[in-house]
Amino acid sequence: MPSPTDRKYTKEHEWITADGTIGITDHAQESLGDIVFVELPKAGTDLTKGKPFGTVESVKAVSDIYAPVSGTVMAANDALATAPEQVNKDAHAAWLIKIKVKDPSEMNALLSAADYDKFVSEEAGH
Amino acid sequence: MTTKHITRKATRHISQNEGLIFEKSSPGKAAWKLPPLDVPEVDTAKLLGKQERKDLGNMPEVSEIEIMRHFTRLSTWNYAIDLGMYPLGSCTMKYNPRVNEFVARVEGLANGHPYQAEKISQGALQIMKTLSDCLLEITGMDAITLQPAAGAQGELTGLLMVRAYHESQGNARKKILIPDSAHGTNPATAATVGYAVENLKSNDRGMVDVAALAAQMNEDVAALMVTNPNTLGVFEQEIHKIADLLHEKGGLLYMDGANMNALVGKARPGDFGVDVMHLNLHKTFSTPHGGGGPGSGPVAVKKILSPFLPTPVVITKADGTLGFDYNRPQSVGRVRAFYGNFGMFIRALAYIFANGPDGLRQTTEDAVLNANYIRKGLEGVYDLPYSTPSMHEVVFSDKVQSKKGVKTMDLAKRLIDYGFHPYTTAFPLIVAGALMIEPTESEPKEELDLFIEAMKSIAEEVEEDPQFVLDAPHNTRISRLDETAAARKPILRWKPAPSAP
Amino acid sequence: MRYLPKSPADRAAMQQAIGIRSIDDLFSPIPAEYRLARDLNVPRQMAESEIVDYFKQRAKENGEGYTSFLGAGAYAHYRPIVIDALVQRGEFLTSYTPYQAEFAQGTLQAIFEFQTMISELTGMDLANASMYDGSTAAAEAVMMAVRVTGKNSAVVARSLHPEYREVLTTYAAHQEIPLKTVAYTDSGQIDLKELEKAIGDDTACVLIQSPNFFGTIEDVEAIADIAHKRGALLIVSIAEAVSLGIVEPPRTADIVAMEAQSFGVPLGFGGPYCGVLATKDKFVRQMPGRLAGQTVDKNGKRGFVLTLATREQHIRREKATSNICTNQALVALMVNIFMTVYGKVGLRELAKQNLAKATYAADQFSKHAKVLFSSAPRFNEFVVQTSEDPRAINSRLLEHKIVGGFPLKKFYPELGHAALWCSTELTTRSSIDKAIDIAVGRAADGDNSDRNLKNPEPVEVAR
Repeated sequence: MPSPTDRKYTKEHEWITADGTIGITDHAQESLGDIVFVELPKAGTDLTKGKPFGTVESVKAVSDIYAPVSGTVMAANDALATAPEQVNKDAHAAWLIKIKVKDPSEMNALLSAADYDKFVSEEAGH
Repeated sequence: MTTKHITRKATRHISQNEGLIFEKSSPGKAAWKLPPLDVPEVDTAKLLGKQERKDLGNMPEVSEIEIMRHFTRLSTWNYAIDLGMYPLGSCTMKYNPRVNEFVARVEGLANGHPYQAEKISQGALQIMKTLSDCLLEITGMDAITLQPAAGAQGELTGLLMVRAYHESQGNARKKILIPDSAHGTNPATAATVGYAVENLKSNDRGMVDVAALAAQMNEDVAALMVTNPNTLGVFEQEIHKIADLLHEKGGLLYMDGANMNALVGKARPGDFGVDVMHLNLHKTFSTPHGGGGPGSGPVAVKKILSPFLPTPVVITKADGTLGFDYNRPQSVGRVRAFYGNFGMFIRALAYIFANGPDGLRQTTEDAVLNANYIRKGLEGVYDLPYSTPSMHEVVFSDKVQSKKGVKTMDLAKRLIDYGFHPYTTAFPLIVAGALMIEPTESEPKEELDLFIEAMKSIAEEVEEDPQFVLDAPHNTRISRLDETAAARKPILRWKPAPSAP
Repeated sequence: MRYLPKSPADRAAMQQAIGIRSIDDLFSPIPAEYRLARDLNVPRQMAESEIVDYFKQRAKENGEGYTSFLGAGAYAHYRPIVIDALVQRGEFLTSYTPYQAEFAQGTLQAIFEFQTMISELTGMDLANASMYDGSTAAAEAVMMAVRVTGKNSAVVARSLHPEYREVLTTYAAHQEIPLKTVAYTDSGQIDLKELEKAIGDDTACVLIQSPNFFGTIEDVEAIADIAHKRGALLIVSIAEAVSLGIVEPPRTADIVAMEAQSFGVPLGFGGPYCGVLATKDKFVRQMPGRLAGQTVDKNGKRGFVLTLATREQHIRREKATSNICTNQALVALMVNIFMTVYGKVGLRELAKQNLAKATYAADQFSKHAKVLFSSAPRFNEFVVQTSEDPRAINSRLLEHKIVGGFPLKKFYPELGHAALWCSTELTTRSSIDKAIDIAVGRAADGDNSDRNLKNPEPVEVAR
């Protein structure tokens, strides 16, 4: 299934919308398997592009989640604390955090849905 | 379904059901009896005031026979070395001699208090001294501490000494190099000691890439932590070159002694350039794993590191008696209260006595022989990612079977049905879908043949009916457990049902 | 060699199957110059009877048959026979960490019961499957508090076991966790005023012991209030687990770091023992150590697995909560069985006997010497101050096969000639009376000479 075109993507498998909502991709949730825990920063935390801001855990693996762009956390999706399976059910709806983007021009460097899907299929080819 | 080979090792057997001990509890039952008090009764309320505890919550009340049955029934749900081969790679599940258990319980040793006077601690000190001497001879090192409680704490102690050494040279340095084949404890330990971790790639033979090491080695590197033989069961043939590269730039060579059972009596780390290493008494020296501990992780070092050993160290005093030396100004300090897992020292020493030099050598030879016999028996059936010669363990991969959707963990679960404990799965990380097999010296040829037969039979089952293997185990009390549910909504203690009074 | 199950013919057949001529072929990967061409210089192979003799001999040189008044973090309690009968079952003794849950339900259910009982006794929400010992548990608890709070320093009671403090110092040094020590008052309890001043904005936790090293019970609630007011966690170390039978547990603490040796673990000259961490639900993901959790299998049947393993080193590597790999499973099983034997009623009665014996001993001592810290409640230990050096007293006691109290001079020089004495349910009234007679110079052998006339060489206490 092609990725939604209403947002941008990273090679670390995060998505971000124009208003600064961030999540992980469907491909990411699928390769992680059943997600059991999501660790997110508190509102007010400053994020730096490319640096990890949280983790998602499956039973036997932990993955860092990286900030697609720099910004300040406005809200974290607290519902995931008790229902991390939402990420497995619909990764593109189960947002992790909303941020205030520091420099909107950083968004330009991110992947489009088509480029991301191409990247994923190439990565799988290796 | 082809289960033709299963009954050669295992058979169906009645197993008892058993609930939690709390579910058997009821007021008035007791498994204890205290002698009459020979001093005046005390008024607890007066003595303790608001600090007096009134209620012990849901602690059980059961009788002695119920306790015996409870734990005996639980025990029958476990697999054990005493039941058969336990081929967990890198864990060294060898026979645990019973004389070890007996001598560890001798009155005087079992009841010795750590603070009793040295004058009446000579027996314990003598055991520590003799074990230390034996371990130094076996490793070829100069000085040793027995204090660390387990291998991981041994690593911590070793790296603390590395750090103290570099600090004494004026520069603590910044990082530890760790091969990508290493056990996860190595990087975790380096981080605990405040070092950054830098990965070192293995070469296509599964060994440390010496050229890469040369490129990465500089004066920021405090030490390289290498396991030898490494986690692929491969001896690092260029170990001395590795040591030289480190030493040239002032770095130290740390050896994780998890696989020392491949070397005892055949080669000594102290002779091939190692500066500091830990041993796992529960691996190489037969102290029991006991379901996950206790371990014991002595650390042996070269002379240059001996001033930094944890306090206290056992010394021979001027009058010829043994004692503890606390006056060691350069020591890294103490990593554990008292002197370490003394009960494990007794067991390890009893094991060394039972073997002697000839037995220790034969033990190592048999361990390596067994691993190679399995390797030969399963070559061609399972993919062998590295053709480099194996020492005490062999690592296959699930490359062939995963084409049918069957992964190493699935194969492992099916092995349970055949009456064997699984091998180590998915480690080392440099092998995708690893099957890491370590038979140890404790297996007779017959058991090895049964194991090879079982592994071949499972490979056939994968071809014929992969789903059947994916659903394994079929013959255990319980089937595969829902680990996801356990992690999402952790239930970590029993609580009475809300309806209960 | 009696542990090796192969005949020469087996070895020959296996070598042939592998395709080697000699066993040395398998060792050829080791460069020749590093291969050992001689026998190891270790004692010759011994018969089992010789091994038993050797260790029995060593036991004789190790205080066998002495009456002891030592506590100080290692306690002599009666060990019910069923403990060793059960822990020596091969299925417990010779099994590995229960990673393959289907084949290790016995160990896993036992751990789950252990976690439950420790939680009940400590008043915490949950407990882990055990740590190395009480000292490392305390150090790990401090590092855990640093992770939980995001603050980086710790305040430690001077009345925490001195060796626990030493271990913490070692661990904290390279985690860059500054430690501040807070003194005790005349009651033996932590100085609350000084504590209040010691806590700063960067204080992650306050670490105390209760009953503390002097046997004195701390006012945990008051200390918790002070810590919590400043956003610091309270860690309570418990070295004498039997106290939990009669002393209110530290329910207001955030982490309990415990040594469970008292629960059925032999003194064993200091180890192996059984540390445990217990805490509140909300901190579970920052807690190190193994955890067993309840779940169901494919058919809905109850079973147990190791869970929340992503905190651990084998997955998170350098980002793990700790580098710890083992727990003290077999020792924890001893503890587990002990707790089951005594249970809800027995533990209280056992603790009461300890309290009664120590109270009697302290009362008797107070007739001849100064018993310190008497204004605060205590459990089964007390500090006796004498005019004579306690090492000289101990030397005199040793001649009567009695091991006296732990001299405090090394760690608490300000207390002068003081020693820490312990009485448990195993201590008899007659041994207390005899020890006091000898200690104060009214020797039981009829020699009524004044203690000052008797002044043998002080003995070196193991510490």
